[in-house]
Amino acid sequence: MSGPTGGKNAARDTDWEGVRLHVVTGKGGTGKTTVAAALALALAAGNRKVLLVEVEGRQGIAQVFELPPLPYEERKIAVAPGGGDVYALAMDPEEAMLDYLEMFYGIKRMGKALTRMGVIDFATTIAPGLRDVLVTGKTSEAVRRRDKSGKRVYDAIVMDAPPTGRIARFLNVTQEVAGLARVGPVKNHADMVRGVVASPETAVHFVTLLEEMPVQETLDGIAELRTAKLPVGGVFINMVRPTGLPEAVLEAASANRFDNSELALGLKAAGLADGKADASLIADALAQEISEHACRTELERRERETLEGAGVPLYDLPLLAGGADLAGLYELAEAIHTRGVA
Amino acid sequence: MTRTAPALDIDAILDDESTRIIVCCGSGGVGKTTTAAALGLRAAERGRSVVVLTVDPARRLAQSMGLTELDNTPRRIKDGGSPADPDGVNAENGGALHAMMLDMKRTFDEIIEAHADPQRAQQILSNPFYQSLSSSFSGTQEYMAMEKLGQLRRSGDWDLIVVDTPPSRSALDFLDAPERLGRFLDGKLIRILTAPAKAGGRSAFKLLNAGFGIVAGVLTKVLGAQVLKDIQTFVSALDAVFGGFRQRAEQTYRLLQAPGTAFLIVAAPERDAMREASYFVERLAEDRMPLAGVVVNRVHQSPAPALSAARSLAAAEDLEARGDHELTAAVLRLHADRMQLAAREQREQEHFTSAHPTVPLVQVPAMPEDVHDLVGLRQIGRLLAS
Repeated sequence: MSGPTGGKNAARDTDWEGVRLHVVTGKGGTGKTTVAAALALALAAGNRKVLLVEVEGRQGIAQVFELPPLPYEERKIAVAPGGGDVYALAMDPEEAMLDYLEMFYGIKRMGKALTRMGVIDFATTIAPGLRDVLVTGKTSEAVRRRDKSGKRVYDAIVMDAPPTGRIARFLNVTQEVAGLARVGPVKNHADMVRGVVASPETAVHFVTLLEEMPVQETLDGIAELRTAKLPVGGVFINMVRPTGLPEAVLEAASANRFDNSELALGLKAAGLADGKADASLIADALAQEISEHACRTELERRERETLEGAGVPLYDLPLLAGGADLAGLYELAEAIHTRGVA
Repeated sequence: MTRTAPALDIDAILDDESTRIIVCCGSGGVGKTTTAAALGLRAAERGRSVVVLTVDPARRLAQSMGLTELDNTPRRIKDGGSPADPDGVNAENGGALHAMMLDMKRTFDEIIEAHADPQRAQQILSNPFYQSLSSSFSGTQEYMAMEKLGQLRRSGDWDLIVVDTPPSRSALDFLDAPERLGRFLDGKLIRILTAPAKAGGRSAFKLLNAGFGIVAGVLTKVLGAQVLKDIQTFVSALDAVFGGFRQRAEQTYRLLQAPGTAFLIVAAPERDAMREASYFVERLAEDRMPLAGVVVNRVHQSPAPALSAARSLAAAEDLEARGDHELTAAVLRLHADRMQLAAREQREQEHFTSAHPTVPLVQVPAMPEDVHDLVGLRQIGRLLAS
């Protein structure tokens, strides 16, 4: 299947063929924004056009791409390796509300009066549920948008969504609004958004680390999405470190059976120790490091098993040696491509 | 040039009887809730009567304190803490530890019940707009956290309240709550919304000037008549309650600025978290909130700090080239990774300290395992104080 921009891009064999809206969530500290940005780059590869949407007003996308703060405007921010464009939109609920008024009611000119009277303020802060509807609404509009010739404007949209703990509620706009508006324009708008978000063209991906709390939140989030009948995507396991040591060594270290003397000999052979006493001192210190590493590795193995129980594809992303800078972002995009996500 | 931040003396803060509130703030995923619980435990074991107010629904935290779950009422953590029974709070110094989790809907309902007559309370509680606002909308949590904090403080039942802040978009949103509420209550919107209900019908819009009429028309068009009516009923029913609500939010805000409050910023030694910490320092200063210092969690250290990453790597390569001592080579590579990570984390912290040289800081080393019980929390407390 070729992308909507026509035959210029080769057919891809990816796990999420046909998905046009990729929602990326994750617990704080898991690297959600970085993964969303890398996913956008990976999806854009092959001369495609991708929109990366930020919904929480933190300017995280600008930081990841090392750019000054982004305005509320769809703006090209990066080029994928081998061609392809990533656009970004930093969502602003107030602007989205004015947009919405303009789009559906042709009353943008009223904006100033509404702002002055505190209506916009009310809708976007006092009643933040409306704010979520506006933000997902604007994103849904971009997913559905076509140009004059009827072609989709974007091949894919990536949303850097709220954290895992809030994701189901955030996306489940229909239910949120149902308690409020059983009929009327807000309800119609929410239904349109629901149509996009719950469709097979959407996938909600989770970013996690192999640690207890993020894994638990990921499983809870997946369960909540399933209950709300929203489409669960894959799980990105971020910052995966290579095990580094042979299984037997790790096992010995876990069981406190690690033999320091061989290590001490090795240290002497490498010229890192002055004499036997010094070698065994360093060996003891390093052995403690190994034992902690073994403990961590064992915990990570358990957490991975737990994740496997969720029955969704898992994608490992490497810990970036140089930190999450721009070069690291492209490295992650490559990893995402290699794993068959995009 | 390496800058060293002044050391943050946690015990001095916990032992100071004039410290009545400790607010832990920081971005998500940095161990804020665990830090709050560890501080609470340590303060209790040093003789203070403490309540920990958390907004994090993590069941694990409740379990780590020996409770099956936390709810909107402070629950006492059982005494113990002796070598024979380490899983309990050591009350030898006369302290006690309570914990609770904010239930925003329950808290909101209680305010309504306490401040409106029964008939009006019923009217508000059954209003669809109120039900959405109180149970699902994300911003409500900030108001309710402020409200609960104020309630706990006014009750006088505890001499120290440790609170962790809501995991909102900006973790300091709760500071904006009183102002936001004030803006709404002083705004013209509330007059538009309350006017028709007060005058008893739609025709009341005519009593207002033309500008109001247009806005009301737009609201009807956008929201639909039914939603607008619900909002109007809600707002006018709540009108009386709102006034007191706002007054208390302002009181709590001033309470936070007062000398008995200590703000602790919790961070992790990563770029994003330290950047957020910087933002918090500036934001707290802007609001004239008393910052006590920064807790940097999960700092990686090495038991063999004298062996540098560079030497370690070179030696590993040397051994590998000789085809000798495979195990030692692998261990040295592992050590080099750890030293590099430690150096990177150190740089992130130095970066922060250069920008905020007077802000005291304490580091808590990364644990190989997560905290599961009071013993683990106690250990974190010790590390915080060392």
